[in-house]
Amino acid sequence: MSDEQLVGIVLVSHSAEVAASVAELAKGLAGGGPAVPVAPAGGTEGGGLGTSSELIAAAAASVDRGAGVAVLTDLGSAVLTVKALLAEGDELPERTRLVDAPFVEGAVAAVVTASTGADLAAVEAAATEAYTYRKV
Amino acid sequence: MLDADFFRRWMTATAASVDREAERLTALDSPIGDADHGSNLQRGFTAVVTVLEEEAPGTPGGVLTLAGRRLISTVGGASGPLYGTLLRRTGKALGDAEEVSAEQLAEALRAGVDAVMTLGGAAPGDKTMIDALVPAVDALGDSFAAARTAAEEGAVATTPLQARKGRASYVGERSIGHQDPGATSSALLIAGLAEAAGE
Repeated sequence: MSDEQLVGIVLVSHSAEVAASVAELAKGLAGGGPAVPVAPAGGTEGGGLGTSSELIAAAAASVDRGAGVAVLTDLGSAVLTVKALLAEGDELPERTRLVDAPFVEGAVAAVVTASTGADLAAVEAAATEAYTYRKV
Repeated sequence: MLDADFFRRWMTATAASVDREAERLTALDSPIGDADHGSNLQRGFTAVVTVLEEEAPGTPGGVLTLAGRRLISTVGGASGPLYGTLLRRTGKALGDAEEVSAEQLAEALRAGVDAVMTLGGAAPGDKTMIDALVPAVDALGDSFAAARTAAEEGAVATTPLQARKGRASYVGERSIGHQDPGATSSALLIAGLAEAAGE
């Protein structure tokens, strides 16, 4: 993929506020590099707690620049819905990947890495590696 | 032989029983889950009935794949992708045939249940919908009525188990003594199948 095309990031949480806030946090910590396309997909379409396949599909389409889309999730139905959409085949952009990572730390690592122009595999590796940073 | 109309009746019967039992499903989901199972499935199966009327798919596989897609997009909780995958995979396994035999349905449903186990990572004994579905599929070779009984017994048998998957696993030993809501709704799905067959 060429340098202009950045990997897109989708953040799926049961809560719209959590997804939007983590997106803001990750973009804020990414600093002054090129703006990574990041889209939150939180809560249900009605604004409640839960997961919406429609919001996820729309978020993924909105951040797809052709370099792939990394999807990070919180838990439970967020994980299962993304997996079910991926199994569907045509619901998410080509080269969309569910990334196994802690939600907040992984999102920061993914956005910072994507801002360097790294490819999808490198973004995924950075997000997953966030699991290894112990705090105590 | 079972045609598209049989599968539509299955979905309609399931929607009606989910409607009737929604409060009970949510009550079962209150001590060990997040108290939304009944309302989530009610919304999902209501949407399934509507879309089946609108699009009127002409094959058994078409009915189940459309129903599965609709569940994934409308339920909002983990039961959406789980039941959606169950019906979609079962539907895909039935292919484009206009009519299928009970044996073909049993085989396809087994493929669907396998897909649910892969998606959710649950095995029999984990206190999930799998505990009703696996015995039901095993009994489907005998009759639809036998499958319904097996599913109901499987759901009741989740009561003494400790949850090992999903939200209920967080409450640990406190999940013991509660019948699993997912296994209970799975028994409703299988009862809907028996009802469609007139058994």
